[in-house]
Amino acid sequence: MEWLYITMPISGVDIFWPGLIILGLGVGMIGGFFGMGGGWMVTPGLNILGFPMAFAVGTDIAHMAGKSLISTARHARFGNVDYKLGVIMIAGTVTGFELGAQIIMWLERIGKVDAYVRYGYLVLLTLIAWLVFTDILKKRRKDREALAAGRQVEALSTGIEWHKTLHKIRIPPVLDFTRAGIRCSMWLPVSVSFLTGLLAGVLGIGGGLIRMPALIYLVGCPTHVAVGTDLFEVAISGLYGAGSYTYKGRTELLAAVVMLIGASVGAQIGTVATKYVKGYGIRVFFGVAVIGCAVSVVFKLIAAAYPAWRLFFDVAATILVLGLVAALSLYIFIRFLKGVREELAEKRRLVGSGAR
Amino acid sequence: MRQTLRCAIRLGGTLCLLLWLQAAAFAAGPAAEKIVIVADSRRFTGWRAWWMNLYNESHLWFALLTITIIPLLGVILGVLTDFFMARIGINLKSRVLAEH
Repeated sequence: MEWLYITMPISGVDIFWPGLIILGLGVGMIGGFFGMGGGWMVTPGLNILGFPMAFAVGTDIAHMAGKSLISTARHARFGNVDYKLGVIMIAGTVTGFELGAQIIMWLERIGKVDAYVRYGYLVLLTLIAWLVFTDILKKRRKDREALAAGRQVEALSTGIEWHKTLHKIRIPPVLDFTRAGIRCSMWLPVSVSFLTGLLAGVLGIGGGLIRMPALIYLVGCPTHVAVGTDLFEVAISGLYGAGSYTYKGRTELLAAVVMLIGASVGAQIGTVATKYVKGYGIRVFFGVAVIGCAVSVVFKLIAAAYPAWRLFFDVAATILVLGLVAALSLYIFIRFLKGVREELAEKRRLVGSGAR
Repeated sequence: MRQTLRCAIRLGGTLCLLLWLQAAAFAAGPAAEKIVIVADSRRFTGWRAWWMNLYNESHLWFALLTITIIPLLGVILGVLTDFFMARIGINLKSRVLAEH
């Protein structure tokens, strides 16, 4: 069974390569569907496969850049990428990320950085989960009220509408973002991307998990456009991160390439699956993913606070994250298959009725 | 295919801007902290030995090559999977669902 293992050139460890492909496939689907890189899922997965931690983050970011590029191209065809918005946001993201990295280095110097970062991450995830589910409940209540009043439910109705207030701030230049269907001050996406970049830099994550809801709730993008535009951002920041980590000697390119083979298939499936799922359907499962991520952070905090239980909670966190990856990718795959089957049946029906 | 290439060109342009930004950041800040690991190239031959030697000799060239290979491979794999996905027979050019 030696052929199932491949020796990594830099770190010198033997890795089970089918595991890398499966991991890439799973996070590829999730990334393409939710518009995030999925670093919080990949790092424990790589660790389980025997990857040294020092190489796990860099390798993950390198594969993330390639995978997000594939998803972005596919989302662009569906009209889900607002390039103008994405390019404007890059400047804010990069500046914010660099400042965040400086803050984290300062925190490292005063000590206890791990605990601060984990608690900060937990607060942020709780906030995002609350935001997502409050929005869903609000939207449902609005729809129920509209139906009760005998009105038709608006296709573009939303629950939380913070973006409408933010759009009223008209500091010039005011720009039109055609794909996203919004008109707002250029400074809104710039400040949002700066803030999300800053948080990503401080927390040491890619940022998709924060940027995707920020694009929806603060900038006002429809869900599908938020997913596509966020992936464009992830591809760019991923390349930047890959360059930075590789320069510091923390990337195992061979593993990233093997993962990319699985991720390229997964990214296509995940992206095409968004065609068959309503925007709010994506938000519900995004919320579930955020809760899963938050619980895994809680496990890590307990493991750090109680050394006697360290092994138990570390293992529990890893099982939770990998279980979540498996469950979410299975859900996405089923939606993809169902959607494809229905579309092909409809196509056949139309051809049949045309022939008659 | 044309969309993939157009997307790659846009990403390439943005990447150039980013590389310039990164170069400016490196020039302004202190030297990045590196992990001191020397890859053992004695165990390998061929491209893997060459790859390890490149890593040992220059992290900068190694990084530049990595960020060139990754998007290039992304485009190649994207076009390939695109080709197979198109064989299924579904509409890959538009999305009917239009709501928040």
